[in-house]
Amino acid sequence: MKLIFEKSVAGRRGLKLPVADVPRAAELPENLARKEPAGLPEVSELDLVRHYTNLSRRNFSVDTNFYPLGSCTMKYNAKIIEDTTAFFAGSHPMTPLLPGGEALTQGSLALIHGLGGLLSEITGMDEVTCQPLAGAHGEMTGIMLIAAYHRAKGNRKKYVIVPDSSHGTNPASAAMVGYEIITIPSAPYGDMDLDAFRAAMNGEVAAVMMTCPNTLGLFNPHIREICDIAHEHDALMYYDGANLNAILGKVRPGDVGFDVIHVNLHKTFGTPHGGGGPGSGPVGVKKGLIPFLPGPRVVQQDGAFALEREQPESIGRVANFFGNFGVMAKAFAYILMLGREGLIEVSEQAVLNANYMMSRLKGHFDLPYEKSCMHECVFSASRQLKNGVHAIDIAKYLIDRGYHPPTVYFPLNVKEAIMIEPTETESKETMDAFIAVMKEAAEMAEKNPAALHEAPVTMPVSRLDETKAAREQNVCFGPW
Amino acid sequence: MTETYFTKEHEWVKIKDGVASVGISEHAAHELGDITFVELPQVGKTVKQFDVLAGIESVKAASDIYAPLSGKVTKVNEALNDTPEIVNEAAEEAGWIAWLEPSDLSEVKNLMSKAEYDEFLKGL
Amino acid sequence: MSFCPNTPEDVREMLAAIGAASVDELFAPIPAELRAKSFDLPEGVSEQELRRQMQELARTDRTVTPFIGGGYYDHHVPAAVDHLSGRAEFYTAYTPYQPECSQGTLQALFEYQTAICRLTGMEVSNASLYDGGTALAEAAMMALRITGRNRLLIDGSVSPFAREIVRTYLRNLDVEIVEIAPKDGAIDRNALAAHLTDRTAAVIFQNPNFFGTVEDLSDLAEAAHAKGALLVASVYPISLGLVQSPGAMGADIVVGDGQSLGNPLSFGGPSFGFIATVKKYIRNLPGRIIGETVDRNGRRGFVLTLQAREQHIKRHKATSNICSNQSLCALRGLLFLASVGREGMVELARLNRDKAEYAKGLLGKIKGVRLLNAAPTFNEFTLVLPGDAAAATERLLAKGIAAGVPLGAYYDGMANCLVVTVTEKRSRSEIDLLARELEGAL
Repeated sequence: MKLIFEKSVAGRRGLKLPVADVPRAAELPENLARKEPAGLPEVSELDLVRHYTNLSRRNFSVDTNFYPLGSCTMKYNAKIIEDTTAFFAGSHPMTPLLPGGEALTQGSLALIHGLGGLLSEITGMDEVTCQPLAGAHGEMTGIMLIAAYHRAKGNRKKYVIVPDSSHGTNPASAAMVGYEIITIPSAPYGDMDLDAFRAAMNGEVAAVMMTCPNTLGLFNPHIREICDIAHEHDALMYYDGANLNAILGKVRPGDVGFDVIHVNLHKTFGTPHGGGGPGSGPVGVKKGLIPFLPGPRVVQQDGAFALEREQPESIGRVANFFGNFGVMAKAFAYILMLGREGLIEVSEQAVLNANYMMSRLKGHFDLPYEKSCMHECVFSASRQLKNGVHAIDIAKYLIDRGYHPPTVYFPLNVKEAIMIEPTETESKETMDAFIAVMKEAAEMAEKNPAALHEAPVTMPVSRLDETKAAREQNVCFGPW
Repeated sequence: MTETYFTKEHEWVKIKDGVASVGISEHAAHELGDITFVELPQVGKTVKQFDVLAGIESVKAASDIYAPLSGKVTKVNEALNDTPEIVNEAAEEAGWIAWLEPSDLSEVKNLMSKAEYDEFLKGL
Repeated sequence: MSFCPNTPEDVREMLAAIGAASVDELFAPIPAELRAKSFDLPEGVSEQELRRQMQELARTDRTVTPFIGGGYYDHHVPAAVDHLSGRAEFYTAYTPYQPECSQGTLQALFEYQTAICRLTGMEVSNASLYDGGTALAEAAMMALRITGRNRLLIDGSVSPFAREIVRTYLRNLDVEIVEIAPKDGAIDRNALAAHLTDRTAAVIFQNPNFFGTVEDLSDLAEAAHAKGALLVASVYPISLGLVQSPGAMGADIVVGDGQSLGNPLSFGGPSFGFIATVKKYIRNLPGRIIGETVDRNGRRGFVLTLQAREQHIKRHKATSNICSNQSLCALRGLLFLASVGREGMVELARLNRDKAEYAKGLLGKIKGVRLLNAAPTFNEFTLVLPGDAAAATERLLAKGIAAGVPLGAYYDGMANCLVVTVTEKRSRSEIDLLARELEGAL
């Protein structure tokens, strides 16, 4: 398809602007005035609508395709959630910061406060800030809170420990806050090697970042021991909530001994991913860390909601205003609608679906850790590799059959990893059909590997030359 | 007389007339796949043996390149800025990355000969 | 209600296939002592009950006529933006890691990058960051990486919120931040020159600044470059219909908040941050970047490129920790820019400025009120009132008018100052009413 810029016709107009009801102002001085209008497209509204409607049809999405993308929790996003949150679209975020303005935004402030309360109960934490704008942003905020805690205590800390199966954002977030990273290998049983952890632990460790269940979908039974060891060294325990979908109502990280957690609202709490964002990454903390939370905090005083003005120990703002409010509103509506029983059912059905996938596929693909999994399971295409078929070839074949591929090549500690997370909103028939296609792919790997190397053949484009893209770096259409 | 040595991290170093040229082995270049970028060190930088000397990227991977010997960087392969694929084509010749002025040639005792390296690769 | 489709019969069959007696058994790997101690949440509700509850909550917000900005602006959102960005194929897709089934998102984001480059006068853009403030912090970190220096100069007329985010981000790193106090709502060039040295990584400005003042940054870019420092500019994208692009003024990194481009105010989010730079710094850009390439048959296609900079490959050595960005909001930004178009962008900017100039004339004539400075402005300007601006604002707010942002909370000695914003959505009669009411409130 042509780019919208290639469809541009000089003089063609889209949006109809209002006629000025005030006199024309004098021009800006010469040195401040733009010389040429920016080279934006000149298209009619129909050109625009047709272009982007047709472009949208070149996407897979949850509403059109099964999306068993491990660690991404691509569950269905209910339509009522969208409708109800639209009631809130209008408030200007400066309003509550004006004198007397809090009284005008009681609904929005109540929602932020209410969501924080619900997430505190769900995670077993004492307070939650909803300001961080995505999961990684939450991680960074959490590590900043930990740094503030150590600074206030006069602790000298240098390191953050992560397991080798961790999401890349964990070490990246800790590094952004200035920490050096210690990576602990996985033991043969799939979890962080406890002995290696014990050996690496020292008084200069600021925090230990864990994902539990981890990225292999395994629940670490030693998690409390790990928390205890960390706490003995005054290191805080950080919980990566990306995989919270498995444990709603079953385990609360706060009960287990974690001090800080972030939650991905766009995963567990049913808000759409939008092609890569917006997300929202609220951070929960135990009592001792509350003074450090980013401001302005939404608090309840005498039955009304207000912004706390004095927070001398706060790390400061991490976002312009109160966070991705629109995303928070959806998660709030989602939790209200499902309620206690509904959320417990989410984790039970998510775990059931993942175990079903694992049991039905394990004869056909290698399963590096043959244990009961949580919300996701990780296979390896190492058996198929003997015929020259890689995980990526299987992924591309799935596209031809109408499935978004699972996450491949992650976690890094599994060779040719294929990470499947069906989520709770998918039915048995959908999974059965997917399983049949996965078996077909395994058979083709034996009989006709060449066909897998060609896939996909049904999409608008076949496999793309990523090396050319990286070497040429053509990231902007030109000439102007 | 040129002497060639290898590291366990798959760098090679060739020492001739007091100059050590450094690059990555053909095995490493093959493992990385199509190389898209080589982050060259600054000329004049001094490194210790096995310190990070440079960086190299393919589409799906990024690796550090470690200094096989201690010394000072005297020259870098500018051609790699525009055509990093030279490393794929001739990793152990035209795909060299930097020249070092070695500060302690006895450090070669920590490196492998070509034959030892070939044996090391078989064990991977 | 949990949107789980499996029937009891399905569950029985699945458990049989797994070889488990019950769903509970699947949770056996979790030791009993680690189980949740509490899960005290309300009972779930029906669709219609949820609608009622949410509507009731939203109703307790009061609408006011906003003459406030502070980085977020009440602009019209074209209907096509909502309709097209609401297409489920965009809305419910994930990050386009599998390019063959994500060409829709990838091409749209490539077009977005192009639109941002053209608007800012820069060569390369990423596919979005979180918001304007965090984009400024990322730009600061990018400048530190590029120059290998550890000192930043920030003009005090950069939004206090954005400055706070930069400080928060850099607090644990070995970086010295020097804030240059503004003079009469403009850059204090002498103070800046006194602090600019060959240890400075970047000088950071906002244009138009928090007071609304528009300045030519060209001389500052030259001065920075002479010391080997970069110039980082945060800009308000709507202003770029009329105001010279930061690229043409010599900026090295340009950031801003994309809320005004087709994203609703939504109590401050989600919007998106944009970041653009010159080609030679592309490897230091944080976040996802879309690149053009070809498929095996030579057809044009788009992919996530230069991923080796990112956290999922480079982990702790990545250019940033960012993973999820604000893709859908960036798409809305593109849809907005394509809907408004080349000429429309100039007209829209002019409408904003004309209305603001009209308001400036009217409000500046109120007895006892003067303008902070005589410098050119875009759609915001700062008034100096005869008394406390916060008190006047509070009086007007009670009448349903958010007259502006009083500066006492953000700048010492500016308690009488009020920043007034006028977008194309404010009518002449609303402006006239503001003038009358403000006069009455003084």
